[in-house]
Amino acid sequence: MIVARTGNEAMAEAMRQINPDVVAAYPITPATEIVQLFSKFVHDGLVDTEFVPVESEHSACSACCGASASGARVMTSTASQGLALMHEILFIAAGLRLPITICLVNRSLSSPINIHCDHSDTMASRDAGWLQIYTENAQEAYDTTIQLVKMAEQALLPGIVSTDAFIISHGLERVELIDDKEVPKFLGERKVNYSLLDVDNPITLGPLDLQDYFFEHKRSEIDAMNNVLPIIEKVQKEFGDKFGRYYPIVDEYKLDDAEVAILVMGSTGGTAKVAVERMREKGKKVGLIRARVYRPFPKDAMTKALSKVKVVGVMDRSDTMSTLGGHLYNDARSILYKSDNQPLMKNFIYGLGGRDISIEEIEAIYEQLFDIQKSGEVDKDVVYFGVRGE
Amino acid sequence: MALLEIRWHGRGGQGAKTAALLFGDAAVETGKYIQAFPEYGPERMGAPVFAFNRIADEPILQHCGIKTPQIVVVLDPTLMETVDVTEGLPEDGVVLVNSQKSAEEIKKQLGLTSQKVYVVDASKISKEILDRDLPNTPMLGALIKASKLLEFEPMLVSVQNRLKKKFPNRPEVVQGNIKAIKRAYEEVGV
Repeated sequence: MIVARTGNEAMAEAMRQINPDVVAAYPITPATEIVQLFSKFVHDGLVDTEFVPVESEHSACSACCGASASGARVMTSTASQGLALMHEILFIAAGLRLPITICLVNRSLSSPINIHCDHSDTMASRDAGWLQIYTENAQEAYDTTIQLVKMAEQALLPGIVSTDAFIISHGLERVELIDDKEVPKFLGERKVNYSLLDVDNPITLGPLDLQDYFFEHKRSEIDAMNNVLPIIEKVQKEFGDKFGRYYPIVDEYKLDDAEVAILVMGSTGGTAKVAVERMREKGKKVGLIRARVYRPFPKDAMTKALSKVKVVGVMDRSDTMSTLGGHLYNDARSILYKSDNQPLMKNFIYGLGGRDISIEEIEAIYEQLFDIQKSGEVDKDVVYFGVRGE
Repeated sequence: MALLEIRWHGRGGQGAKTAALLFGDAAVETGKYIQAFPEYGPERMGAPVFAFNRIADEPILQHCGIKTPQIVVVLDPTLMETVDVTEGLPEDGVVLVNSQKSAEEIKKQLGLTSQKVYVVDASKISKEILDRDLPNTPMLGALIKASKLLEFEPMLVSVQNRLKKKFPNRPEVVQGNIKAIKRAYEEVGV
């Protein structure tokens, strides 16, 4: 069915079709609508979900952990400060191998207070052991929400699927919905080996784990992350075979014959694709790499993509506050350390707090990349693009 | 149809965002690709606000702001005194204003030469039919007439469906809006 939906509405529809056993959530701009719409589905009897309206995001994530440990399929939604308040529990969910799915809207972190898009919130949680998939538009957000539940449950890892605040969360777009009956069929039942509520086979979760075994347990969690990419690929393919929309781990656009490329994530990926088209109309061979799956970082696919061009401009909508630039840039540089085919690389931090980025501005970045190609030198590794006083 | 961009000017509470959403909804139902989004700032009743549409036959990839719309819709004529409503409008652009004045007068007031100007007294229509000054839906009717972007009848059905969802217990509001859209569609001078 083809409909008009905002990113938030699309994610809420996906949640309705997934019909999770438990949703525990606390509202926060700009993700409020996801929870609000879902609570209406609960009220209207469209889902069988036990909805827990908790008093904070810390409690939301905690309730999700408890429910997931019982073997339930569990989802929640949050943004920005809400994810920050969950931070402590994020590690617990991952450590206990609880496949919770968060529908997240990427919003900047205070201070200064701001409700608009950047990727600071999820980047600050990137080491928590959660899968992270950043989407470009409402359709991808809807599709990925469904996919992620399956990926997470198969890998026994929690996951975050995100959209850009307001740009996608509140923007109305054409979305193709899957038939209601097909989504539960695609996902199947969650299979669990251990349940907290199975009184005949009692288990202990979350006990003290000191020098004798903590390291082994952490190592197995790291292994799960090491082994998850084939699961993600498999679920994406199954989804594509069934519903006709295929998604890659790394989204390459006009890259094969490109001389320079931009690496970016989220909704700017779409804007940059238009910039690619315009540059190519002028005869300039440019390409685009969009990091869709960010955690785990897809080392092989990304190395392959980056190695296709001479110069890469990495656009980050967050800063590591380490003097080393943005998160994506640091990951991309790191994987190329042992590569024989290293492109020159420059980091453009842009769009913090929702500052708009236009097609023309992205074209200007491509022009800078050609200048670097010509001179063979990167004058400044990290620049702040579109900010006063730069 | 090549990509076309629309900017709606209104004041907080006048329904610029709703109009953009209604337009987007209707366009999707007629097979178009669309975007509809407001500019989110501090939300206050009466403050100047913007809403935007993109419409095309092909998937729309860009997610940047709209700076050079081909069509501008002005829900409140007093905005023309304080906001540059024609900013970024191309030579062959279209301006649609809720006003009692004539198209010629508005054209002069805005200092336009080549652009097309359409006027309709949407506030009067809204006050007469809905007993309130809510110019957004009549302006939507006028937009469809002036732009010919969508077929009128399917658009009406789509708007009716969305309004029914928004006002499930107020059929008079739904019918009033439909009536206002139809009247503005007839009255706008094209």
